[in-house]
This record gives sequence, structure tokens and C-alpha cells, in this order.
Amino acid sequence: MSDTVDFLIIGGGPAGLAAATLADELGLSTLVLDEQSEPGGQIYRGIETVHPKTLSLLGEDYGQGAEIAQAFRKSGAAYKPDASVWRVDEDGMVAYSHNGKGATAKGRRLLIATGAMERPVPIPGWTLPGVMTAGGAQVLLKSAGVVPSGRVVVAGCGPLALLVTQQLVTAGVNVAALLETTRIGDYFSAARHLPKALRARNYLSKGMKMRRSIRAAGVAIHSGVEKLAAIGDNRVQSVSFQSGGSQSEIPVDSLLLHFGVAPNTQITRQVGCDHEWYEAQRYWRPIRNEWGATNCDAIAVAGDGGGIDGAVAAALTGRLAALDAAHRHGVIDSVERDRRATPIRAELGIHSAIRPLLDALFTPPRDICAPKDNETIVCRCEEVSVSDLREAITLGAMGPNQLKSFTRCGMGPCQGRMCGLTVAELIAEANGEPVENVGYYRIRPPIKPVTLGELASMSD
Amino acid sequence: MFRRLHEPDGQSVSIDFEGEIINVAAGETVAAAVLAAGAEHSRTTPVTGATRLPFCMMGACFDCLMEIDGIPNRQACMVRVENGMKVRRQEGKRRLEA
Repeated sequence: MSDTVDFLIIGGGPAGLAAATLADELGLSTLVLDEQSEPGGQIYRGIETVHPKTLSLLGEDYGQGAEIAQAFRKSGAAYKPDASVWRVDEDGMVAYSHNGKGATAKGRRLLIATGAMERPVPIPGWTLPGVMTAGGAQVLLKSAGVVPSGRVVVAGCGPLALLVTQQLVTAGVNVAALLETTRIGDYFSAARHLPKALRARNYLSKGMKMRRSIRAAGVAIHSGVEKLAAIGDNRVQSVSFQSGGSQSEIPVDSLLLHFGVAPNTQITRQVGCDHEWYEAQRYWRPIRNEWGATNCDAIAVAGDGGGIDGAVAAALTGRLAALDAAHRHGVIDSVERDRRATPIRAELGIHSAIRPLLDALFTPPRDICAPKDNETIVCRCEEVSVSDLREAITLGAMGPNQLKSFTRCGMGPCQGRMCGLTVAELIAEANGEPVENVGYYRIRPPIKPVTLGELASMSD
Repeated sequence: MFRRLHEPDGQSVSIDFEGEIINVAAGETVAAAVLAAGAEHSRTTPVTGATRLPFCMMGACFDCLMEIDGIPNRQACMVRVENGMKVRRQEGKRRLEA
């Protein structure tokens, strides 16, 4: 059984919700398929069910998600939660699993709004229990009011590392230290982006305020941190690092890592969208026009899945994609589409103004992109190490797909989500070529595990 | 380890984690419930038998694979708890029952 709608959206974060709300208002039949159980995506995870006490410590920006979710709930757009998409076709046909059954839906126009995921952080010991992404810890806080107990260290760079540190401190968690890989000098070199960023000075002042309050709460902040490693036998017991020329080790119960986020390109790759390498933040993003449209005729991308720009910008690009969908369906003419887009683009310009500064300030460090330590695991699923990969590259593995056949790297259940960026960087480094020439894994359906029972249930 | 900021108020459900009955908050994921219960690991890897716990909590890393109600290879961070649910660690490769 297949539902056909004018506008099918994959993903219930700010981009998908805002797109659906506007598309419905414009009269398009709209369906949102969401892998989560309730609207909000990861950024507004748990926004409808969050405990009031937890809500108060998460801060204002998170609270804004409630408005987006409410507007979506009030709209006539259909919503299917717990829908895990495992195949997308170029004509807008989507196969997914829902409550143990397989199903399909078709969009005359399809919007992929599947957001971002945290960059893989291949440091020694990152697979140990007790090591988690900072975003993962934040999901636990938002969705379940669960926080790390004992001594916690947050390490990495990027706005989310600061935000999670602050939220955990507010929640009464014992955060012993924040280890920033950002160096003092990076602040100066990023400063040349300041004039433009001043248009988004709200972000700047928020960041500085967070840093001050973290310090005031007694968290030690180390900058210019290098050679991070998680140490322990069956679980993490300490974190070691270098800073200012000296070696340190801090005992921990939890180590939270964060080195920025990258677009989740599993679906855009599987369906055949063209991608480009974004050098400033070292990730791939689908190539889109000013409405989010891709080279696949029926398919557009909105939100961080198309390039990292944050939650507010995600909702705006979702609206632009909805306007374009309405235009393609003949509901509004191009003049009306452009007229409605003008204020959205103006707002988008303000929110995007901060990006060059953030990109320059929080460039992922070289040894996170292409780890040096031979023993470090790159592929968490198949437990393939840096030395395994280097050896296979020396033997002549030319690209990520060949490396997969040589080593099984990327062949496990995560299908390369946790190693794809690292593998391309390692090949590029070894062969002295740009990452964009190396490319990425070929992603094939099913992009999520699907049982034979789920497939069998699709026959009716 | 992990702790709860507040006890599950409103509805709680009980699940069976490795033979132990634990009370958890309705609506939370199996991964959150298992972490809050103080699990040392939620699976061992098929290749070296190393212990793992959930890593990304958003369905990307597949390190939270567990056996839930007899079905192996399920992402514990994507499945919500239900009363009476049986949750087991996934040790090594998933098994196929004949």
C-alpha cells in the first residue's frame, strides 16, 4: 500500500516541520516521515514531552522548538513517527519500516530533511564504554533527563561542546574540565570574519556568555589541546592530552567528545544526488540550488543535511523548499514564490553571517580528520585500525570502496557513517591528493537494517 | 555511569534487563533505560569481543545494538521501552534461531 502526496518530507526536525507547515498552508497534501517518535529532530529532541525541570536548564534556544512543533501539529500535514526510511528512489518513492512492517509512500516532490550527525572522532580509546558524543549526552538529557554521574570531561571544539558543558553544569553534573582543541591564535585568525558576523552578534554574545558561566562554575578550560586519548581497560578511566607543551591526565567516569557536525548524507547519496566537498569544515554536502533543489528532478534538501547552518536557518530553508514545491505544483506562480521568499532570504542572510567565523574558529583538527596513531580504531563496527587502512592503501587500495573490500572498513551495520569521512582523509593524505578526488563510499539500500518479516509484509 | 535528574513521575513501566526487572520512565528509549540502570556494557563486538555502550544516541553509530524481545540487532536508542519488554545484551554476532 502506498500513499501518494504532493509533498513528502523525510525528517521531523526544524527544516522538515517548517516545510510541512508552510506546504500545508499553501494547499499541498503533505506527509512527514520521522524516524523519531515525536517532532523536533535532534536539536529539539523531546520538545513536547521534556520534563519542566529539564526544560528550564536546557535554555531559551531549545524552548523555541516548541513553537515550531506546535505550528506543525496545528497544520493539516500528516505525520508518521517511528518511520525508518531505508530506501529512496529518484522519482520520490520512499520505502520505510514502521512498527515492524514495511511500507512505501510517494511524493510528487520529495524533501530530504535528515539533518546532521556529529563528526566521527577517531582518538585512541574512543570505543571504550564511558566515551560518548557530547550530542549523545545531550539527547539523554533532553529525552530522558539522564546525565552522566561521577567526573565528566568534555573535549573537542564547536558551539555544541560549549552548550552541552553549560547544560550539564546547570544540571549539577561534576564537569571537571572542558578541553578545547581551539587555540588562542584561532580566535585572532577567525576575527577577520567579525564584521560580517556582527550581523549575527546574538550568536557571538551567547557564546561568550556561555564560556564565562562555564568558567565561573569552576570548570577548568584548557585551550589548544592536542593528542587527546581515552584510557582504560573495559571502560574509560582517564583522558590524556597535551596542552601548552605539557602532558596531562585527568581521571574520568565519562568522556564526552565533540568536533562539530557534518551533514548526514546517507539518503542523498543512496538516491544519487551530486555532492561537493566543503573544505572549510571538511565534510560532504549535496549540491543544491537556492531553493534546495538537487540534480534529482523530484528531490530537494533542506536544513543541516544540505550544509551546517543551525536550527533557525534549517527552518528557513525548509520554507524555501516548500515555496518551490508549491510553485512546481502550479499552486503559486514564480512571482508569488519569489515575493514570499524575499523576507525568508533576508532572515537567512542574518543567521548565515556567523558561519564563516564559526567555520574558521572551529576547524576540525588535522589529527581528528586523519588520525596519526596506528592503533586507533577507525571503523567501530568492524574494528579496523589506522594501520590496517594504511597497509591496504600501500597495497594499492585506491578509493574508499576498494578499501572496504580490502579491510571490511565501512561494511558493518553503521554502513560507513562513523568512518566514511576518516577513510577519505587517510587515503587523500597517503596519496597526496585532495579529498574531493578520493570520494566517498557508494551507499546502497537498505540504508537501515530491515528484517525479512518487514519486507514480506510489503507484499499486500 | 549515568543517573536520573528526577525519578520517572507520571507513568513508569518495568522491563526485564538480563533477567532483572527494572522500573523505567515510559516513553524513553531502551538505550536511555539501560544506561540509567548502570549497565557496564550493552553489547560485545563480533570481531574482538570488546565491550561497548551506546555512543551517538541518534541512530547513526549502531553501537547500541541489543536483543529486544528476542529480536537481535535492534538499535536500542531508536526503540522505546514497553511494559514487559525483554532486553538482552548482544554478545558477539547476532544469532539466528532455527
